Amino acid sequence: MLSDLAVTALRFGFLILLWILIISIVSAMRRDLMIGQKTKTGAPSARQVRKNPELAAQQPSPPKVHARRLAVVEGPLAGTTLDLAASPILLGRAQEATLVLEDDYASGRHARLFPQGSRWFIEDLGSTNGTYLGDTQLTRALPVEPGVPIRIGKTVIELRP
Amino acid sequence: MSELQTAPKSRRLTELLLLVLALAVGVGANMLVGLDQDRAFDQDFFVQGLTLVGLVLAVHIVLRLRAKYADPIILPIVTALNGIGLAMIHRLDIATGDTAAARQLMWTGLAIGAMVAVIWLLRDHRVLRRFTYISLIISAVLLMLPLLPGIGMELNGARIWINLGFATFQPGEIAKITLAIFFAGYLSTNRDLILLAGKKVGPLQLPRWRDLGPMVVAWLVSIGVLIFQRDLGSSILFFGLFMAMIYVATSRISWILIGLLMIAFGGFVAFQLFPHVTARIDSWINAFDPEVYNRIGGSHQIVQGLFGLASGGLTGTGLGQGRPDIVTFANSDMIIAALGEELGLIGLSAIVLLYVLLVTRGVRAALGTRDSFGKLLATGLSFTLALQCFVVIGGVTRLIPLTGLTTPFLAAGGSSLLANWLIIGLLLLISDAARRPAPSGPAGTGHPPRPERGAKRQGAENRTQRTTEVKQP
Repeated sequence: MLSDLAVTALRFGFLILLWILIISIVSAMRRDLMIGQKTKTGAPSARQVRKNPELAAQQPSPPKVHARRLAVVEGPLAGTTLDLAASPILLGRAQEATLVLEDDYASGRHARLFPQGSRWFIEDLGSTNGTYLGDTQLTRALPVEPGVPIRIGKTVIELRP
Repeated sequence: MSELQTAPKSRRLTELLLLVLALAVGVGANMLVGLDQDRAFDQDFFVQGLTLVGLVLAVHIVLRLRAKYADPIILPIVTALNGIGLAMIHRLDIATGDTAAARQLMWTGLAIGAMVAVIWLLRDHRVLRRFTYISLIISAVLLMLPLLPGIGMELNGARIWINLGFATFQPGEIAKITLAIFFAGYLSTNRDLILLAGKKVGPLQLPRWRDLGPMVVAWLVSIGVLIFQRDLGSSILFFGLFMAMIYVATSRISWILIGLLMIAFGGFVAFQLFPHVTARIDSWINAFDPEVYNRIGGSHQIVQGLFGLASGGLTGTGLGQGRPDIVTFANSDMIIAALGEELGLIGLSAIVLLYVLLVTRGVRAALGTRDSFGKLLATGLSFTLALQCFVVIGGVTRLIPLTGLTTPFLAAGGSSLLANWLIIGLLLLISDAARRPAPSGPAGTGHPPRPERGAKRQGAENRTQRTTEVKQP
């Protein structure tokens, strides 16, 4: 039988241990966030630019060219053009796609073009053969500049101003 | 849906350090439980402590081998919660002479084994997207099982168990995972259709009638569970899950409004028609009425839980020194009241905070992962955990009517433990995909393109009719 004092000490000790666990978890999370900040990609925030003026120079704003049309350059549908509205476009072989690709190497729901801000983004929808923007295969949504070829199977499309 | 990036760094060492702390919490709690009765270091303590340590370290090694970049915080949190739960169940066993802790330990082993199998065999959560409609069928079957005569059984007024001969099981617990997979698969495919179509009324964009279909199905499932199984908690859980996922997928307030209207309507009708719902709400509002308190199935349980929480006060009576065994179902439905009594407000808020941190890690995995299916699945699964905690803890503290959901990882109950560990397995996999450095390199180094399955056939069929293939919605 332990003394009452020891039992009380252990009782409070356990509560302290519980909170030590939480504090360590939160500090591990904090480190996680800091690492994320250092390697963060994308445009620096206004505040970061104010602090480090050289950041602004590194990021020339992209020329404001608004894409208005989508053109099929190569593949079975070559020559087709499509006017862009402000709505996303589904590319693929499926009948409900906005641009139905008659391409044996394209998936039913292959990729998605969507506007965000003043730019268009392309996102692969889990296709079998992948979507390429320029030479790189898409692993996440990327912005598309007019004139850069997007390859889906044997079809190549690009945005035109 | 946005993306967050972290440095590609495997943080398994952090996880190991946090695990040591979490195991200290779990094993320490178990030690304190028996201290007062001179049975601190009996056989039960060593069996439970060593099994927990062994199992968790095994998971850690599996993560090192198979999911190197998985989130380092999820496993320690779950370990601590599971350890505290085991200790509390063991403590109540000492008071009542039950053997629930041994069963809970066995189920913990099974659940962790199943989770390791998921991590080892599945590897990539995107595989699950192929099973979108299969998981809908599995969900329906799982939800029907308890209604079948023979294997279905009714316990404490709810018909949600099946009898497996050696044990009873709640298939609804697994159904929440399969439903989350279905919703994630369905919504990630049809998001654009749901987003774009529909009329605009004022600031709200209303969905089309046929896009409302799945919402109505989810609502009918919830109502069906409520009517046939008399399980208020699960019906709230399923509907909440779908509402959260469709809101995350479309970011349209109109869905939330439609969902809330449906809940209000369904809740009102249920309140009017079903005596068990009326009784639940009555013993919530009039809990301290002597007549309601003394009624069979009345507010006795919830009021005893509140008395327990009150006697715990700020620092609690200390593990093993209160009387949480007075409350009925102290080791399952009311385990929060038992923990609140013995650990006090300080301990209970630590436990709630552990849940909050767990849910934030799940949402973090959703933000980090690159595919929309994974994003939706991780959000849905973490939301399930959050909603379960809210419904249970809110019920015990009389914020909302008490319903029969289990507290994840803490409460005694094999099916719930199994389902929640599986959820953790999926979240770990998704977080691994989120934090793994993206493969980069020039095109052409990968596999040569393969023709799609069925491409020829479909192409030949359609070649004649596709002259003008360009449509605008």
